[in-house]
Amino acid sequence: MRLRCPSDLVKARKLIRSRYDPKKTCVTVCCGTGCLASGARDVAETFRKEIDRRGLRPRVNLRITGCHGFCERGPLVVIYPKRIFYQRVKVLDVDEILSQTILKRKIIERLLYVDPMTGKKIVYENEVPFYKKQRRLIFGNNGRIDPTKISYYIALDGYTALAKVLYKMSPQQVIAEIKRSGLRGRGGAGFPTGQKWELCRNANSRLKYIICNADEGDPGAFMDRSLLEGNPHSVLEGMIIGAYAMGAEEGYIYVRNEYPLAIKHLTIALKEAQEWGLLGKNILGSNFSFRIRINRGAGAFVCGEESALIASLEGRIGEPRPRPPFPAQEGLWGKPTNINNVKTWANIPLIINKGARWYSKIGTKTSKGTMVFSLVGKINNTGLVEIPMGISLRKMIYEIGGGIPNGKKFKAVQTGGPSGGCIPARLIDLPVDYEKLTRAGSMMGSGGMVVMDEDTCMVNVARYFLSFTRDESCGKCTPCREGIKQMYEILDNITKGKGKESDLGLLKELAQIVKDSSLCGLGQTAPNPVLTTLRYFPEEYLAHIKDKRCPAHVCQDLIRYSLIVEKCIGCQICNKACPTGAISGEKKEPQRIDQKKCIRCGACYEACKFEAIRVE
Amino acid sequence: MVRLTIDNKKIKVEEGTTLLETAQKLNIEIPTLCHHQALKPYGACRVCLVEVIKGSRLGLVASCTYPAEEGLVARTETERVKRARRLSIELLLARCPTSEKVREVALELGVKKVRFKEEKEECILCGLCVRVCEEAIAKSAISFINRGADREVTTPFKIGSLACIGCGACVYLCPTGAIKIEDVRKCRRLDFWNTKLELKKCKVCGKHFVPLVELDYLKDRIKSFEEMELPEEALEVCPKCRKRILSEKAGEFIFGEKYP
Amino acid sequence: MRKIDRIIKRHKKKGALVPLLQDVMAEYGYLPQRTIERISQELDIPLSQVYSLATFYKSFSLTPRGKYLISVCLGTACHVRGAPRIVEKLERDLGIRAGETTKDSKFTLETVNCLGACALGPLVVIDGKYFGRINLSRLDEVLKDYLK
Repeated sequence: MRLRCPSDLVKARKLIRSRYDPKKTCVTVCCGTGCLASGARDVAETFRKEIDRRGLRPRVNLRITGCHGFCERGPLVVIYPKRIFYQRVKVLDVDEILSQTILKRKIIERLLYVDPMTGKKIVYENEVPFYKKQRRLIFGNNGRIDPTKISYYIALDGYTALAKVLYKMSPQQVIAEIKRSGLRGRGGAGFPTGQKWELCRNANSRLKYIICNADEGDPGAFMDRSLLEGNPHSVLEGMIIGAYAMGAEEGYIYVRNEYPLAIKHLTIALKEAQEWGLLGKNILGSNFSFRIRINRGAGAFVCGEESALIASLEGRIGEPRPRPPFPAQEGLWGKPTNINNVKTWANIPLIINKGARWYSKIGTKTSKGTMVFSLVGKINNTGLVEIPMGISLRKMIYEIGGGIPNGKKFKAVQTGGPSGGCIPARLIDLPVDYEKLTRAGSMMGSGGMVVMDEDTCMVNVARYFLSFTRDESCGKCTPCREGIKQMYEILDNITKGKGKESDLGLLKELAQIVKDSSLCGLGQTAPNPVLTTLRYFPEEYLAHIKDKRCPAHVCQDLIRYSLIVEKCIGCQICNKACPTGAISGEKKEPQRIDQKKCIRCGACYEACKFEAIRVE
Repeated sequence: MVRLTIDNKKIKVEEGTTLLETAQKLNIEIPTLCHHQALKPYGACRVCLVEVIKGSRLGLVASCTYPAEEGLVARTETERVKRARRLSIELLLARCPTSEKVREVALELGVKKVRFKEEKEECILCGLCVRVCEEAIAKSAISFINRGADREVTTPFKIGSLACIGCGACVYLCPTGAIKIEDVRKCRRLDFWNTKLELKKCKVCGKHFVPLVELDYLKDRIKSFEEMELPEEALEVCPKCRKRILSEKAGEFIFGEKYP
Repeated sequence: MRKIDRIIKRHKKKGALVPLLQDVMAEYGYLPQRTIERISQELDIPLSQVYSLATFYKSFSLTPRGKYLISVCLGTACHVRGAPRIVEKLERDLGIRAGETTKDSKFTLETVNCLGACALGPLVVIDGKYFGRINLSRLDEVLKDYLK
């Protein structure tokens, strides 16, 4: 079907909706990467087979959706219209769900989610605290859409904003609207989107490019992937609107190669949008033409940086180049280019549909709209969380995240990936927006949020991030390449008990100057994990240096495993688990650990069921 | 033309001039390690950093890449600039403790001691060799490989290069002397590039002096020998003999045939 | 026509080097030297530049991979949940370092920066199969099936 004007779109929507009975039972199975890894594909297949075998097709629809966000409890199954919420569903549960819940309307208690705070079982999706406290403007449709069929997106008012822009707004008006909304880039630095578009719009060139940056490289962040997997058309619509506003006829999506499902769904979405006349020549019958190509990244964190991304698209190594000239002046193939993050693009249709005024009321004074975080690490509810800007860390971690597992103490939260910093527990009431995070020494980044508990060693975390940036730096400029290497050396020494007190001053000096003098954003932010841990956890550094002790019992050269004789029953499980034969003893007698042979791998500690092994 | 100020000195330069070039016009000295006027600016060594103030922006930029802008104010001697330059050179000195050039620039900037773990590299990865081979010679025999702390310059697969013509431009530009070139009998050796090239005999004295591949390259590059009034064989005579012949010819020209 | 020439032909018009190398990786499992040389010739791009590209990006490999590819996620979430010890154990058990292949070409061990399945961390992927919430003893069980 090819749509030739806005009223075609309206008609198509009516037709799609008329075919869809909202009262009909629909089983949705989340098949985002998280749920897939937990076995969702088999669950979905079993549903398909069982529904067919029982001849339930006329009564029950099956819908495979993208990521719902609550990865911790996957595979997730939601049954519409009531939105009954089943979690950790296995293949063996399918039969029961069909015979009990679908046919007899009986709730299966075992599959319900239990709120860890209250111990209450929760039946409906919208009552799960994890979802209830969020404001899912960008992600809300993920659970309702089959991302491989454009009709679902269109049924939910998809491409309305595009029609409005093409027929009722001039490019300048679009840019003015985006500027008024206060939207800032969701990729990291938070540059005002409207202003960025204007620079590209005003650049004097017939050829211009726009790029969607989906090279989500921050470890522990996966919201861009989920959005591309779960609702690819929202990103495409944003890009098409942007292209119209800036006067670009060609666009690229630069997506991580590690995201095969996102690439697959994007490819389908592009094809469908083209067939429906929403991409390609004369979009919706207007004079505006635009096409999009997908490029797979080849595995380099630095390619998240705009000029490195462009270099990579041009088939060169991802080496950033100095600016000016900015990409808006000279970008891809030397032409004006605008790059925005996946989530930034997905915000655009929303702003156009609901208006800049509505949008700018969400969030704080300087940070508008919602932000999507991936809440991971030592947290009960791992998953994707969308909240209005300005919500406190406490609310995120305790009310939405469900707190820290195993009754451990919350220690810090790391935001912004390798470019961000660690915010300590005492700042838990910090409202989350661009400025507040920057002032705390961290940054928004693309939305990674890694929770750490008392068992996390902050020196080790700093060392971890530097080993990451040491390998991911392109290696072009001296401070980044050599400076990070030297900071890593110093940190490595400290974690091995070989640090000196003077190292701290040197580390700080190095960190500050590398930040100040590196060529691109990678080097300019890479020292943040060091600077924040030095600032908030100096005592932990000193414990490693002066007392040769790792308070979190992580750094292997500073810990030792020993046996609590009174608790050991001599079951010898530890003995068998030990890879170096460091544990000896008679059966049913307390065992011994030979410290000389022990490599501190922790296998015995993990294997012991009687808590008879102590780490200190 | 744009007007700008460096270290309180006002100047007008053409658009597209870099801050480094502007400073040179003002006789303000800025140290560099990865810059060469014949090559495109690169901005990697960070030893030429200066502080710029433009509107509300205040920051360090590499003077070799940053363009002169109208109304820009730059400073080359602030504490922030000195600190940054000193750290970069100290880091390079830790990498290449034996390099005379690095030591010399370090001393100029007041760095005498290295506080970091020392390595034994000879190359500071300034990229002059890679760029001259690509931009000036158009051979691209070498390139950067790997990334981050593992970055190095080498030939493809780290074996003898088929593209290298042994011209020695990289040797000439290398600030640390890491790349060495040596003619041993019939062979030119560039051990840093794992490359050996066969040399051609001089038509006059019989000494081996130019790699065969370089000779082909030169013949190819010099499109019209006639226009230059140069016999093609001129290239097959070693520089020493060529010089002698030329001076004899000049002598004849000036003093007549009886010369010398 | 040889496999490599077919791949080159597909990309020749656009001259897009990265997607081309990606396709070679998919076909051969690594980038054999002769394919890199062929690409340089056919696309008229200096060999040094193709080689540079092949060594810069992490998803390219210049050496053949083993029969089974074991990837350990070292994303931040997996890291704080103890992934480094998983890597250490695998290195010990297989007798290779991360990034290497066993002598019998059976296993290649690699670490990846984040697979985005943080809820399942620590996470090990063997030949595309996910093993989530792994610990040292579960790893033994999982490996058993592949060591046979």
